[in-house]
Order: sequence, then structure tokens, then C-alpha cells
Amino acid sequence: MPIALSAVIDSLPYLLQGSFITAGIVVSAMLLGLVIGVCMAVGLVYGNRFIKYPLTMYVWVFRGVPVVVLLFLFYFGLFTFLDLNFSAFASVTIVLGMTTGAYQANIFRGAILSLPQGQFKAASALGMSNGQAIRSIVLPQILRMSIPAWSNEYSIILKDSALAFVIGAPEIMARTQFVASRTYQHLSLYIAAGIIYFLLTWAGVIALRKLEQYLRIPGYSHHGSN
Amino acid sequence: MNESSPILRVNNITKSFGDNTILNDVSFELVKGEIKVLIGPSGGGKSTLLQCINCLVVPDSGDIKLEDEQIDFSSKQDLYSLRQRVGMIFQDFNLFDHLTALDNITIALRKVKKISKKEAVKRARLELEQVGLGDKEKLYPAQLSGGQKQRVAIARALAMDPKILMLDEPTSALDPELIGEVIAVIKSLAHKGMTMIMATHQISLISGLADEILFMEKGKIVEQGPPSLLLTSGNSSKSQGFCDRLNELSEVEG
Amino acid sequence: MEFSPFYQELITSLNRGLMMSIALIIPSVIGGVLIGILAGATRTFGNPFVRKTADTYAAIFRGTPLVVQLFVLYFGLPNVGIYLSPYVAAVVGFTLCSGAYQSEYIRGALLSIKRGQYLGAQALGFTTFQAIFWIIVPQAVRRAIHGCGNEIIYLIKYSSLAFIVTCIELTGEGKTIATEYFRFTEVFTIIGLYYLALVTVAIFILKKIEQRLYVPGFGHS
Repeated sequence: MPIALSAVIDSLPYLLQGSFITAGIVVSAMLLGLVIGVCMAVGLVYGNRFIKYPLTMYVWVFRGVPVVVLLFLFYFGLFTFLDLNFSAFASVTIVLGMTTGAYQANIFRGAILSLPQGQFKAASALGMSNGQAIRSIVLPQILRMSIPAWSNEYSIILKDSALAFVIGAPEIMARTQFVASRTYQHLSLYIAAGIIYFLLTWAGVIALRKLEQYLRIPGYSHHGSN
Repeated sequence: MNESSPILRVNNITKSFGDNTILNDVSFELVKGEIKVLIGPSGGGKSTLLQCINCLVVPDSGDIKLEDEQIDFSSKQDLYSLRQRVGMIFQDFNLFDHLTALDNITIALRKVKKISKKEAVKRARLELEQVGLGDKEKLYPAQLSGGQKQRVAIARALAMDPKILMLDEPTSALDPELIGEVIAVIKSLAHKGMTMIMATHQISLISGLADEILFMEKGKIVEQGPPSLLLTSGNSSKSQGFCDRLNELSEVEG
Repeated sequence: MEFSPFYQELITSLNRGLMMSIALIIPSVIGGVLIGILAGATRTFGNPFVRKTADTYAAIFRGTPLVVQLFVLYFGLPNVGIYLSPYVAAVVGFTLCSGAYQSEYIRGALLSIKRGQYLGAQALGFTTFQAIFWIIVPQAVRRAIHGCGNEIIYLIKYSSLAFIVTCIELTGEGKTIATEYFRFTEVFTIIGLYYLALVTVAIFILKKIEQRLYVPGFGHS
């Protein structure tokens, strides 16, 4: 099998630099998704009709339309139309962030609904406003609860970040394509790219597992329950 | 049938799992209409012995004869046919969760005994009536209480017309108030002359139904005899000791 | 209502692309489920060697992006003399990737069936095959259907990547037209609607199936 390892080894530094871009995209998108997801989940559970309806629509759209379509729509379409000069990196981050936000909204919504009713009632009885109760009682619990599902989302977003090459972001996939087109060693290079993604997935999942364990340290107290 | 010829002959059964010898050279016989009860401490091998009889667990050595027919452990056909003729009731009921009470009974009749659907339904309804659950045929196991599930399990086993019925701790997974309905069914089976061998902690089954008690400890039958012999009060037999402890426990609970 | 030439050309191309999308989705769904069942069963019941093989397959295809897999199949394999047509490369890629995820759901479903179900069947005299077919499988299907259904939705969305291996389906057609007329916003909004329609239909069908199979006591695992 004509695996030209030399081509792979020579281009490895170049490819690995792409993983910084990839990591940047993924971390930013996940954090954006976290904020969107939590806010939407709160809106979906506690909000009135006028809040729930548009939020549900948002979730439906971003869970039903493929990421590639959204990338083309936003980067070549909307951003140009609105004269927003977002870079490819920023565009991918925004699109992925909005997409994962929709999925995370559902994750957190499920987590909120699974909390016993009594938690919220107790907070109100103690004189907390709704906002305080949500911030201090509901959020700390559901965020911990959702780490496994969130870890799953991370894995998905990492893989979706590979689509950034279609709008030219200089991440792993784009660089691999570039090197492959010049050395013709497609097979070995794309396998190498696959291995890099695999390792990034693995590392991330382990890191999140450690985070989950870390947050379980006894002695962490809920704010506000006097 | 010759009265003295045993329906079931179990000879020198030995079974080990890894380094653990669970059954150590166990033998006994069962005559038609007889009821034997296995008692003894947990881990003594009662469950494994029952599962060896219908070869859900295949013995390492020894032999089993059902109606004077030697069972060939290596023949799948022999094993399937053996299990059709020996009924088993489990502690955890093991009803098929995706089927109604009625279908739990008909499925074995149709797939194993190849009976027509019409005949199977007729027979299944009959058996359900017999255990007092005629009106529950359309319910799923998730909708039945523990006692009801066990009674359906008994109906399911009986529909196969087994020569022998084996019961592995039939009431151990039941809430106390549900035990009575299952015991009633077992007692009526005994009345009708069903040949049974059961492992149980239930005093009323041990002293009330057993023709012979087999006390098992560490894989061997260490004591054997009718209740009249082993369970007279003041008796120093192991069986008596065991039953006394059971009585204490049930008093604490009651 | 008069449609401008642009819209006429757009809708014609998109419908052509839609046909190709469906032609990609249906075999991939079927293939993915079949492989999922095979791999899932192997990973649950197989001997250690085949189990490791199936586990490795699942780990590779779940741990790497579909894009990379498509590139390897279409651009990489020619390096070793294997030439797949765009359509075949796309279907193979989708099937293998989807199959890995399906095997995960099916494995979970099979593991969730209590061993006692099998024992109960055996005690009644069922053969191994009868016990698996009439008792285990009907229950496993009900447990797996939610996860497997979700995976099918994902497959519909990821079929949009076929253009990467030059198999032109809905997204590919849209890219061509949008580039030609530089009207990305309109074109891709409409494409988005096409996909939403596909997904909605799929969800509807899956819900109907779930309802038909419903048995009390069998929630999603």
C-alpha cells in the first residue's frame, strides 16, 4: 500500500496548526450554544406563549436544516446581504453556535423538567424572585446533570467543524485538502486528518468527564438555601 | 403407569462455576403426584439444581431421566423436548413484557407446540380462568401486580401440560399481602395431583404441602424426609432449625 | 402567478436535486439500519474477537467526521486503485457512518432486555432462534426505535454533504444556481425549507410507527 508517510510527516505541523483553528471554532461555538441553550430552555419552560412560540420555531429550524445549508445561507447570503464582514471563522462559529444552541435548549429543557417541583416552590417560599430561583437553584443543578449530554454535543460539533472548509476557514480539513491537492497522497493524508479528529474527540470527552467529577466534590453548597 | 416407577430420576448431578462447586453429587427421585420441597440457606444450590433439571444450566456430570428416558445433554432436540415437558416458575416471573397476559400463554402453545391460534386462545383462556385472572387477559405485565404476574406465569406453564412443575422461590419477590393468592393457586394444583418440586422459604408450603423435604447445604442434600419426621416441635433436625428461624423472621415482619 | 425564469430554473434544479437526495437517503437508511442491527447484535452477543472488530468499526466511524470519511472513500481510495462513483461513494459513506451510530442504539436496546425474558422462553421449550425472534427482537425494536429514528433524521440532514464527492443532490444543485446568479440568500432559504419538509415528513412517519408498536410499560430507554 503506497502510503507515503513522508508526505504526512512533512505536513503534520501545518495540519496540526489547523487544530488550533478547529479548537477555537469548537470552544467558541459550544460556549455560544451554552448561553443560547440555557436562555432558550428557561424561556421554553417558564415563558408565556409569546416567548415559547418563536423559541420553538427556532429550535425546529436549527434542528431540521443541515449545517452546510446554514453555512452557505449565512456566509454567502445573509452576511453579505446585511453588509456584515464576518470572517469564515466567525461565521462558522456563529452558525455552529446557533445550531448547538437549539439542541442544548432541548437538553437543558429536559433537565429542568426533571427537577422535582419542590425545588422551585421552596425557593419562592424563601422569598426569592423567579430570576433568583432560576439562577441560584435551577441552573447549578441542571448544568451538572447535563454534562454527559453536553459531552455528546461537543463530539458532534467537533465533527461538524470540519465543514468549515466549504467556506474557506483554514482549519484541519481545509489544510488537508490543500496539501493533498499538491502531493496527491490523498489516502494517507485524509486518514491522518481522521486520526487528528479522533484524538481531539477523545481528549475533549475525557476532559469533560474530569470536569463532571470535579464538580461532584462534596461541600459544594447551593447558594441561597439559608 | 406403574405407581412405583418414578417420573423423574436425578442421579449424581455435579456442577461447578469456575472454582466454585455449586452442586456436589446430588441425587433424588420424584414419583407422580409427589411434592418435594427444597429448603436451606442461600447459596446452597437449590436454584441451580432446579435449573439443571430442565437444563437451563447443563450439569457437568450425572444424568437425568424423565419418564425412564435418558436425557442427552449434547442434543439440542432432547433439551427442547425436555423443557416442553417440565414447567418452570421463576422468582422474577419472567413474563414476556411485550405481550398481553393471554398472548404470554398462547405464544408458547403456538410456536413450541404448534397448536392452531384458535385452539391456543381457547386453552389460554381456560388456564387464566383457573388461576382467577379470566378478566385480565388483555392486560400487559406492566399493568399487573406481582401476585397476578406470578399467577399468569403459572397459567402459562400449565398450558403446556407439563409432567412436572418446578417452582424456584415463587413467592420471594412478592409483597406480603400478595403471597396468599399465589399460595392458594399452588395449593389447588397440589390438590389436583400435580407433581411438583419447589424451592421456597414459605412455611405453609413447606409444612403444609411437602410430601418430602430436602435440606440442601453447600451443594449437597444433607437431610431428607417427610415433615412428620423432620418437623415435629422440639426436633433437633436441621430442617426444624431452619423452619424455626423462618418462623421468627415472619413474626418480626408480621 | 408568473414565475420569473430564475425561479423556474431554480425549482426545476432543486426538484432534480431532491430526487437525488431521496435516492441517496433511502438506501442509506436501510443499509444503516441493517448494519446497525448486525454490528449491534455482534457487539452484544458475539465472541470476544468479533466483538472487538465491531467495536473498532463503531469507534472509527463515530469518532471521525463524515466529511473525512467521504474524502477517504472518494479521493483516497483511488490511491490504492479503488475507484468509486460519486453516488456509490456517498451511499457507502452514509451507510457506514449511520450504521455505526445505529449499532450504538441497538446495542443499548439489546442490553436493556432482561436476561429473564430469555430464560422464560427457554423454560417453555423455545429454540434459541425462536426465543430471539419472538421474544427478544420485538422488545429490542421498541426500545431502539426512538434512538434509531433520531439517527435517521440526522442522516437526512447529512445527505447534504454528497456534493463534496461530486454527487449532486439538493444542496449541490443549490450551490450551482446560487453561484451562477449570486442569489445565495433566496436559494438557500428555499433549500432550507425543502429539508425542513423532508425532516417533518420523516418525523411524522416515525411517530406513526412508534404509536403502532406501543406497549404499556415500554417507555424510551
